[in-house]
Amino acid sequence: MGYTMKDASVSPSHLLGAEKGELQMLRRNGRLDRLFSGSTFFFAVTVLVLLGAIMVTLFISGWPAFSELGASFFTGTRWAANVNDFGILPAVYGTLVTSFIAILVAVPISFGIAIFLTELCPVFLRRPLGTMVELLAGVPSIIYGMWGMEVLAPFLQRHLPDVFPAGTGLTTAGLILAVMIIPFITAITRDVMVTVPPMLRESAYGLGCTTWEVVRNVVFPSVRAGMVGGVILGLGRALGETMAVTFVIGNNLFYKATVTGQGTSIAALIANQFPEADGLQRSALLALGFLLFVITFIVLAIARLMLRRMDRSKA
Amino acid sequence: MHANSSIYQRRKLLNRVIMTACISAAAFGIAWLLMIVASLLYKGIPGLSLELFTERTRMSGGGLGNAILGSLVMTAIATVLGSIIGVAAGTWLSEYGDRSKLASTIRFINDVLLSAPSIIIGLFIYAMMVLPMGHFSGWAGSVALAVLIIPVVIRSTEDMLRLVPGSLREAASALGAHRWWVVVRVCYSGARTGIITGILLGCARISGETAPLLFTALNSNQWNFFDMGSEMPNLPMTLYQNMTINSFLPEQVQLAWAGALILTLAVLLLNIFARLMSSRRDKA
Repeated sequence: MGYTMKDASVSPSHLLGAEKGELQMLRRNGRLDRLFSGSTFFFAVTVLVLLGAIMVTLFISGWPAFSELGASFFTGTRWAANVNDFGILPAVYGTLVTSFIAILVAVPISFGIAIFLTELCPVFLRRPLGTMVELLAGVPSIIYGMWGMEVLAPFLQRHLPDVFPAGTGLTTAGLILAVMIIPFITAITRDVMVTVPPMLRESAYGLGCTTWEVVRNVVFPSVRAGMVGGVILGLGRALGETMAVTFVIGNNLFYKATVTGQGTSIAALIANQFPEADGLQRSALLALGFLLFVITFIVLAIARLMLRRMDRSKA
Repeated sequence: MHANSSIYQRRKLLNRVIMTACISAAAFGIAWLLMIVASLLYKGIPGLSLELFTERTRMSGGGLGNAILGSLVMTAIATVLGSIIGVAAGTWLSEYGDRSKLASTIRFINDVLLSAPSIIIGLFIYAMMVLPMGHFSGWAGSVALAVLIIPVVIRSTEDMLRLVPGSLREAASALGAHRWWVVVRVCYSGARTGIITGILLGCARISGETAPLLFTALNSNQWNFFDMGSEMPNLPMTLYQNMTINSFLPEQVQLAWAGALILTLAVLLLNIFARLMSSRRDKA
């Protein structure tokens, strides 16, 4: 360590004693530090840019439809490409009905499965069944759609021909959506239910509560926000789901279709007409996409806020 | 005494009714899901053959070789692209942004994008890339899939980096390591398996996505050897087209079910593999 007067004289006073090589290394590492934090920051901000770009791009490409059709775009009940008349109500109606049916069917079943998994299931079955539920949440949605078209729709048509004359329709689509979001809601509900401290559970049992009373009065109240968040997350998925729905909804553009009749949804309409559309029709479909994004954004934001509140109260 | 026991009886009865309902819900749900798997096997297995992997799609049936190759290529490019951006962004959120206002905004937006409808991403890339370029392309498909995988990777990277104890970072800093060195050598090596698990799960998710490819990569029944500038054949779109516009041909439907079986198996295997990796980490 031969510090010489010469070395000390070139280094700034606060680095007194550092050699030239060490100084160089310090500077290089400083630069790398800035480069590293700068580039990671750049990519993190990409997320915000992405959201902005999606909003702006869809709005701009949908603008011709908004400006040319005006209010009739939102209140029109007819979507007819041949006369350039585009009203979104048939699609919005279909989206709302199918999602509502899906939630109605999926929520009780998912909660039932979650209660079964956390309270009743023998311990040795808990892990395999839980894993199975999680794996099923990962099955691609097109598989559910194909199954709905080839198995569920013909089944409904054969056994309930009065209710489901075509087999396909809004209710069939709602049922397929329900099958699709059951694993999803179940997984979230189970995850929040196991966060309840065993001490709380055991004290309630100690007071003589039945299993149902423990679930109702101890488990549910402490994880309510998380459960509602999970359900809304499932709703967000149902609202924007395309492939599972397109196969079984019937793709019929009539407004006020009966609940079991054929209809269409926003996502199904886009998937069906976009490949052959251009001009105003394409713009109208992009505008519809913008609308779907705004709706799901609001729904998902609410869900995330509820789940986050849950996280915070847990911490 | 009598009143008490009747209340007791009623509570017990209610409990029994609801627990039976729960068990039947579980049985019902699981049976329903098993039914899907069973029909997938039942309809898919007869279509399995070697030609499925070596032949291209034809009107008379053929195979799915070109679609599988195209899907692999696009998914691989999307995964690499998305992992670079996702890991970097996740690193910033965990190591630099932490509790700042900007970081929590990004985190929130990312959580929302995580479950945004994939068809919207398809429309977005269509308007951003396909319209200006004037034609569908494999690149557009890859970018759309990358946009879908980014939020998944960001989320898991951040979560995994947070599991690395702060004392490790402090120890490295105390030894004189620079910040970037601490992150790269200490945090990344601690969180490596977790981050890879996240990437694999994201990869499983995008490999089954159909809606975003509808307006970006489209589909084709030709072989496409890495020509990313033109339409790219892919498995999900082939299933979609074979089940809709080509569904009048029984060979096409048969092909679609075989493809569905392959796709589901691939996705499930990726999921299981990712899970095994993370459970090995838990044990270690």
